[in-house]
Amino acid sequence: MKRRNSAHSEGSPAFAQAAELELRGVSKRYAGQQQPAIHELSLTVPAGEVCVLVGPSGSGKTTTMRLINRMIPLTSGDILLGGRSVLGREPRALRREIGYVIQQVGLFPHQTVAENIATVPRLLGWDRARVVARVQELLDLVGLEGRVLRDRYPAQLSGGQRQRVGVARALAADPPLMLMDEPFGAIDPINRARLQDEFQGLQRKVRKTVVFVTHDIDEAIKMGDRIAILREGGVLAQYDTPAAILSHPADEFVGRFVGADRALKRLALTTVADLDLVAPNGPEGARRVSSATSARDALSMLLLSNGQPLLVVDGQDRVEGMLTMQLLEELVSTEAAGGEPR
Amino acid sequence: MTPAAIVPLGAAGPIIPNYGAGSSSCAVRNHFFCTDWFGHNWGPVLWPALRGHIVLTVVAVAIGFVIAMALALAAHRYRVLEQPTILVTTFLYTIPSLALFELLVAPVGANVYSAEIALVSYTLLILFRNILAGMREVPTEVLDAADGMGMTRTQSLLRVELPLALPAIVAGLRIAVVTTIALATIVYTIYDAGLGVPIHTALGEGPFKTELIAAGGLTILLALVADGLLVLVQRLLTPWARVRGG
Repeated sequence: MKRRNSAHSEGSPAFAQAAELELRGVSKRYAGQQQPAIHELSLTVPAGEVCVLVGPSGSGKTTTMRLINRMIPLTSGDILLGGRSVLGREPRALRREIGYVIQQVGLFPHQTVAENIATVPRLLGWDRARVVARVQELLDLVGLEGRVLRDRYPAQLSGGQRQRVGVARALAADPPLMLMDEPFGAIDPINRARLQDEFQGLQRKVRKTVVFVTHDIDEAIKMGDRIAILREGGVLAQYDTPAAILSHPADEFVGRFVGADRALKRLALTTVADLDLVAPNGPEGARRVSSATSARDALSMLLLSNGQPLLVVDGQDRVEGMLTMQLLEELVSTEAAGGEPR
Repeated sequence: MTPAAIVPLGAAGPIIPNYGAGSSSCAVRNHFFCTDWFGHNWGPVLWPALRGHIVLTVVAVAIGFVIAMALALAAHRYRVLEQPTILVTTFLYTIPSLALFELLVAPVGANVYSAEIALVSYTLLILFRNILAGMREVPTEVLDAADGMGMTRTQSLLRVELPLALPAIVAGLRIAVVTTIALATIVYTIYDAGLGVPIHTALGEGPFKTELIAAGGLTILLALVADGLLVLVQRLLTPWARVRGG
């Protein structure tokens, strides 16, 4: 059995790259329960973007994720992956096409790192040489020195290494969509930040459509191209870019959820270089700030200079313009600047 | 009691009895252990008894394992079956062994079938509980990952659950094998096989020690070797179970 041609041969993914995901009026109601778990949820995740589902417990984040790969059957509505309804798909075949990462990782303890990563390719019946090559590629991609780690068992790895293997395993068959349920939730804060950064770097390379579940609004702001904030009962409170949500929370619930420091969080998303600086006409000897500084840190410096405008300089200490308090005020109340999905 | 179990009278008389081939001075003087007697009787008496004992044990544990595995798989899938199965296998386990052997003689006969039915029935509880416990111990997130990556139930069972249950399954097999080896020494009461035969003969020989020590020692040795082999098998099959932390 040879499967050299990748695109549409049996057993290989139907999608070469990322696919758009669309939820259309999706509801989930469990038998014997008054309140629906998910209520009329509609949202579209463009191909290659990270959509973070965030909300308090009981808001149906994980349920929504599991509706997508049909681990939980939906009550009404439809879900389209690459324009094709998942409801018409054989659930097992669908799941082999969707990367799946969970908080506890769920690596198979009796299999080596390489065997774990090879899980879905083997289910798809890839030939041995192709599996071996793919495993090596993935180990390099997630930054695990292949030769040392590939034959280790999960019990021999650190928490961070396990999570990387989990991500590599989910990426193994090059799925058009990844589902990630609090993937960094069980990792200590320092390593979590590192894994988040790594995943962002990885995502820039692989450009998957990602549905990322978290209860942590800061993680949502950091990881999401778009954020879907869910409230109890599985109702979508707001679906927008992080900048737009921070600047204009749809209602009181979202405002409370993103926190009283939402203006600061909004500033943190932007660097001084992204701002429309005013012409440098301020007083001589004004404080200088690098254009690579985040707007949040620049605000802190503005406060320390008693509100006097700052002189913005580039890497070679050349003056680019002036930063005033008013510019920052405008930033936190508009959606435009710096709101580009990263 | 069947005729085979009747202790021959007069064996303990003052006359030095015939202790079989190789009645040496050692045997006549009844030393602690007569190697020459052992050597002479290994071929005609001890080896056939040991071989019969091994066959009784292997057949009983193999059949018991197949039945217990089927029951455990059923109870794993349909939880309601667990308690009734435990009830029945526990009941079987608590029947006094001598009584069970005798009870089986009437419907089945004083033959190898009765012996195996009794031995098998004692392995079921141990094997069933261990296999089921092993499968239940598989972490839920591992099952969730298997499901989420698109494994079918059978694939999950064969590739994940059973391999992870192996240490518990082998632990059950070890207990079952050692228990069966011990129990098989009383098979002689209904069927002429196993190390119980020379042990029983030795008990009828009054003060003569060598045969009792030889047959009893072989039983213990067999249990230890079998247990050791199973430990070895488990080590080979579950290399992952030995690694812990970096």
